[in-house]
Amino acid sequence: MIKMEVTRFRPGEDDAPIVQSYEVPLRKEWAVLDGLNYIKDQLDGTLSYRWSCRMGICGSCGMTVNGKPQLSCATFLTDYAPGPVRVEPLRNFPVIRDLVVDISDFMTKLPKVKPWLIHDGEVPEDEFLQTPREMDEYKKYSMCINCMLCYSACPVYALEPEFLGPAAIALGQRYNLDSRDDGALERRDVLASAAGAWACTFVGECSTACPKGVDPAGAIQRYKLTAAVSALKDFLLPRGARR
Amino acid sequence: MTTFHNIVVVGGGGAGLRAATAIAEANPLLSVAIVSKVYPMRSHTVSAEGGAAAVIADGDSLDEHAYDTVSGGDWLVEQDAVEAFVEEAPRELLRLEHQGCPWSRKPDGRIAVRAFGGMKKKRTWFAADKTGFHMLHTLFQTALSYSDIVRYDEWFVTKLLIDEGRVHGVVAIELATGRVETIIANAVIMCTGGCGRVFPFTTNANIKTGDGMALAQRAGAPLKDMEFVQYHPTGLPFTGILITEATRAEGGWLLNKDGYRYLQDYDLGKPTPEPVLRSMELGPRDRLSQAFMHEHAKGRTIETPYGPIVHLDLRHLGAHVIDTKLPFVRELCSKYQNIDPVKELIPVRPVVHYMMGGIHTDINGATPVEGLYAAGEVACVSINGANRLGSNSLPELLVFGARAGEAAAEYVRSLRTGPRNAVYAQGNDEERRLRAELDQRRKGTERIADLRTEMQATMEEGAGIYRDGDSLEKAAVKLHELRERFDRAAIDDHSSTFNTELISLLELDFMLDIAQSIVACAGKRTESRGAHQRTDFPKRDDEHFLSHSLVHRSGEVEYLPVTITRWPPGERVYGR
Ligand SMILES: Cc1cc2nc3c(=O)[nH]c(=O)nc-3n(C[C@H](O)[C@H](O)[C@H](O)COP(=O)(O)OP(=O)(O)OC[C@H]3O[C@@H](n4cnc5c(N)ncnc54)[C@H](O)[C@@H]3O)c2cc1C
Ligand code: SF4
Ligand code: FES
Repeated sequence: MIKMEVTRFRPGEDDAPIVQSYEVPLRKEWAVLDGLNYIKDQLDGTLSYRWSCRMGICGSCGMTVNGKPQLSCATFLTDYAPGPVRVEPLRNFPVIRDLVVDISDFMTKLPKVKPWLIHDGEVPEDEFLQTPREMDEYKKYSMCINCMLCYSACPVYALEPEFLGPAAIALGQRYNLDSRDDGALERRDVLASAAGAWACTFVGECSTACPKGVDPAGAIQRYKLTAAVSALKDFLLPRGARR
Repeated sequence: MTTFHNIVVVGGGGAGLRAATAIAEANPLLSVAIVSKVYPMRSHTVSAEGGAAAVIADGDSLDEHAYDTVSGGDWLVEQDAVEAFVEEAPRELLRLEHQGCPWSRKPDGRIAVRAFGGMKKKRTWFAADKTGFHMLHTLFQTALSYSDIVRYDEWFVTKLLIDEGRVHGVVAIELATGRVETIIANAVIMCTGGCGRVFPFTTNANIKTGDGMALAQRAGAPLKDMEFVQYHPTGLPFTGILITEATRAEGGWLLNKDGYRYLQDYDLGKPTPEPVLRSMELGPRDRLSQAFMHEHAKGRTIETPYGPIVHLDLRHLGAHVIDTKLPFVRELCSKYQNIDPVKELIPVRPVVHYMMGGIHTDINGATPVEGLYAAGEVACVSINGANRLGSNSLPELLVFGARAGEAAAEYVRSLRTGPRNAVYAQGNDEERRLRAELDQRRKGTERIADLRTEMQATMEEGAGIYRDGDSLEKAAVKLHELRERFDRAAIDDHSSTFNTELISLLELDFMLDIAQSIVACAGKRTESRGAHQRTDFPKRDDEHFLSHSLVHRSGEVEYLPVTITRWPPGERVYGR
């Protein structure tokens, strides 16, 4: 058995968060999520948390496990043996209940970076040609599962809720760097704003926390470079030549 | 509370997002809403790995895709629907390409295709082995650019409103607050996905509880071909996580405990070092899962704490192929099984994967209930018949999602009358019922998890890969008992804030309906076809059963003849 210490809280109903302990079987195959499911099924049906795919791809099950943001379906109890395993909600988000956090801030910010393909010219009848090398330019930024671990790890987001944040900027860059896309200019106002890439002080915690190798910190750094160059171009070139 | 939309789409997976954008394009003046119990990008489409089939390669043809699909489905297939499907699939996948989906490419920049089980040509488009993930995020992010699609994220639909034979909207709970709302609509499109969670061991996510099927059946729309449940031959033991068929398309082998490629003993062809289309490891899923059962009976599988297994061998593919074509497989094996497929054998066993059956619809997604449409895994058109071919589901979501969206947009154009008071009364009744579920299930004696586990075990035992009259009869009796015990189920949680236990209760209620429908249809079909194998009736019987079963809420089952256009029923031949 292993002890799981889980944060319980219903804002508006409970005075303050409390920690509740449960004993769950320690099995080799069990993820932290399996432990929570055991609690819910066998011990206490009132525990609330999100999960779905249990294979690290839907992005639902982010939690703080022993102080670090993790996907609870891809983090194993044995890694924390003999315990206890401390499970808290993701940090930097308002709590809805127990381990469920409110991510509506991200959901409102995401459309602002226009995370869709913007193509100026004609759309071909067949496919756009895109070589594997061209795809490599943006591929890793397209791997984001919106799990919010990076927001939870980001010290800037903790202090400045206006900050677009790592995943949203990486997703904007994902399209900027796609050879089929012409939307960089349309995304610039948002990405290069004070709440955009420039707010990042390059701590890099986001890339450490990311379970999918997206490297949002790298995306942000790279954007700052392009933004600096294009600002210079704007200054030097006549209007019509800007792109 | 009451709100109004012209069309409500229930479900934000591949089918739902495609339907919603089709409506917005057909008529931008319509108010469209997507109601989804999870954020759309968390929908189960996200887990699809292997790919999406559509004819694009030189030397391939629509007819061949159609024939593979019809024969793969053991002729229980609507051939007119298949013809439309194969024709529209390439357009739909190109559309996604134009929206940014990172399809894997050939060195010259063109779309690459891979082999897939039961397909005679290479025609499966893929985005490495995260095809569904990339498709879903592309669809979702593109949908964000349609600012007038209204979303109800994390809202759970509990009821369809029906009056005078017509649909008038849904009732849904907002998870975060527990608020119950009547959402009035002129048309509703069900895109709620499959029901794998009715079984104990499945590749399906926790959300795949068949809600939409049960909701539609309760609203008067019959479910079609529910006895056809697909077992995928290669799931990881314990977790049930899928190891995609693409592993075999790239050249992986299935080995029994003696290291022998056992499929050669089951009329699936001769082993060759390189993969051969429609042969051996690239046979259809029903036949491969059945072969496993025979190997097991012969004592040639390996016993583990999580059931018997065989091995999937990818070692000869080498690290380069695995890392470029199957990186997610390597990640999943290492995380969840602690092995490296570059060097080690992957333990696998058959696992419940896909529901061929679903809400009965026509070729445009229309159900027999006026104004009610369905598309995606929840629906049964049927292009999948008795056995779906891998990589046909993802394009099906798009083709029939779009068709249902367009048909619904057309339908609401001609409507002149709104709901009567009776509809609002139904909404209020449902709200009261939900309050009662929340408040009054305090003193019950049954735990939801126990009932669910018993239901799942019943299904595996009675209606698994092989079934017979006896096993199905026992399952029916047990399900009846579980249905009664469900009335005595209790919940610990009576809060209205993000109450996931209440949701589990409602999902179990739906799943019990689905389980009963599966068992009822399987009991009545006294033949073997595709994924439905009766040991007491081992032969296909076209004379009596070349027809779809339709099961109603009452348990009554009727039959509908199959539409045949160009491919008369024949023998399914693989590897010969
Ligand atoms: C692991 C795995 C791999 C697969 N790989 C492939 C592949 O390579 N190729 C292929 O063609 N097919 C594949 N499939 C099959 C295919 O992915 C699915 O059939 C398909 O994605 C289903 O999509 P959908 O849009 O119908 O439903 P889903 O994506 O499951 O979405 C269902 C939606 O309905 C919503 N919903 C459900 N109930 C309710 C309710 N009561 N109230 C509100 N909302 C509700 C959910 O929130 C969700 O948004 C795979 C399946 C699995 C399980
Ligand atoms: S960038 Fe990584 S950590 Fe951040 S949301 Fe995306 S997948 Fe999660
Ligand atoms: S449950 Fe889907 S990522 Fe963990």
